[in-house]
Amino acid sequence: MRIAVLRKQVPDTWGERRMDPTTGRADRDASDAVADEIDDRALELALHLREELGDAEIVLVIMGPDAAEQALRAGLALGADRAVHVVDDALAGADLLQTGRTLAAALSREAFDLVLTGVESTDGRGGVLPAMLAERLGLPLVSAATSLEVSGGTLRAERATEFQAMGVEAPLPAIVTVTERFPEARIGSFRGIRQAKKKPVDRLSLADLALAPAPAASVVVDAAAAPERAAGARIVDDGTAADAIADFLADRNLI
Amino acid sequence: MTSVLVLAEVAADGTVRATIDSLVGAAGAVGDPVAVAVAPPGHRDAIAERLRAAGASRAVVAEVADAGVLVSAPQVDLLQAAVTLVEPVAVVVGHTVEGREVAGRFAARTDSAVATDAIGIALDDGAVRVTHSVFGGSWIVRSGVEGGVPVVTVRPGATAPTAAADAIDVEEVALDPVDGVRATDARELGGSSSRPDLRGAAKVVSGGRALGSREQFALVDRLADSLGAAVGASRAAVDAGYAPQALQVGQTGTTVAPDLYLSLGISGAIQHLAGMRTSKTIVAIDRDPDAPIFEIADLAVVGDLFQVVPKLIDAVEARR
Repeated sequence: MRIAVLRKQVPDTWGERRMDPTTGRADRDASDAVADEIDDRALELALHLREELGDAEIVLVIMGPDAAEQALRAGLALGADRAVHVVDDALAGADLLQTGRTLAAALSREAFDLVLTGVESTDGRGGVLPAMLAERLGLPLVSAATSLEVSGGTLRAERATEFQAMGVEAPLPAIVTVTERFPEARIGSFRGIRQAKKKPVDRLSLADLALAPAPAASVVVDAAAAPERAAGARIVDDGTAADAIADFLADRNLI
Repeated sequence: MTSVLVLAEVAADGTVRATIDSLVGAAGAVGDPVAVAVAPPGHRDAIAERLRAAGASRAVVAEVADAGVLVSAPQVDLLQAAVTLVEPVAVVVGHTVEGREVAGRFAARTDSAVATDAIGIALDDGAVRVTHSVFGGSWIVRSGVEGGVPVVTVRPGATAPTAAADAIDVEEVALDPVDGVRATDARELGGSSSRPDLRGAAKVVSGGRALGSREQFALVDRLADSLGAAVGASRAAVDAGYAPQALQVGQTGTTVAPDLYLSLGISGAIQHLAGMRTSKTIVAIDRDPDAPIFEIADLAVVGDLFQVVPKLIDAVEARR
């Protein structure tokens, strides 16, 4: 069994995140870049499946600048076997369509039984990329999974949509996106970090993937900091707070 | 007049999800909304009536035998067929689990640009412009699309509904969707049917860990019912088992943008604020005077929610 785990490097949510108003892209210098936490849960699931099935190869896949290799090394330290890093200057500012095309090409170079990733990144929060990959690769997609079992050529999963808890079945190979219901990644060891330095990372350019650079179809027109939400009135309850809230709501026609 | 396709999400029993109202509202800013729905057999007319009430004067509907079982595949096929029929300037779907699956597959299949988690769409000199609220609402970004029919996922509830259409013209399409992911069972979430759904509700009352137990979380329900509001919960409250996952507001979970967001015992982790920051009015009650949620609240109430909320329910009832 060969499992691909897609990763992404994102601005750390614990710091302030900024856009660059001139390019309309995330200002990657404004905050620390970290491997997206939700993808660590996907990796943890892959490691769990490998323990359960006894034999599986786990391959990390990322698209991003040179610095994104950090996110790969961190994942290799947790136990992934090797990694694929798609890196090309022509991909700077790539939109979803380009990213989907590129990652699909990278994934189609080898036969994966399962592709795992987070349900959405914590920066873009688009959550449409896995479906784009599924369409281009002709694979079933189980999105927003809360549990996963693999046996034979079939997967069974529970998923949580906004409206339903749903059990699903799909044939392998397939793409599965995980939610926060899955456990956090295990803590890395020093031994893991040492070993990670020696694990292979395959660097691929657009040319290696036989893709030509394409202009972005979606472009940012402008970006501006939202007006600060200033703190409003503050009251400390002395027994009359309930009436004060009711007055406040009534003044604004909210009751 | 230009047309905009709007995907209606339909439950296995033929109920159209309430998100349709704000999605048709969003689409109406750009052109005539044409609703698109995959229907279980025999539900065509009831669904069309609901789409008319949401403000669509035209619909493209496919009755599919396995509508409740096939996950997303029929919706993608139907959108593709509807684009040929209608030649829209844009395709609007909800920024939901189903909407995003359909949007991603449709965009990849037709090489269309995608704009996600929009809080508004407009026509600017004939070009579709999409407004997004990013990084937890701290930045506003407008994007445009070069060529093709853009697919826009719109945050449910971020746009106002529109008036019902006088009549609806329904075209039926036959589909033969491929078999991929199949649902083996499904349970509807959301509990009380008399309470508004979290997604798209005008008012939301959310509870956090400070509620202390599942039993005491009922206080959130009571205040919500007195205000006619939907119920939400923080991740901490969901993790503690006080409220079901479907009610989680935040970075994972649902993003809401109601007229009123009233939080009870939620300190306001950045991930929670990301899910409610664009609410029009925020009222927060918490014991901790340093709770981060107070920094964005229009009214911050430092106090014991078990003291304040029962009195607030009485005060609200008294003023009705």
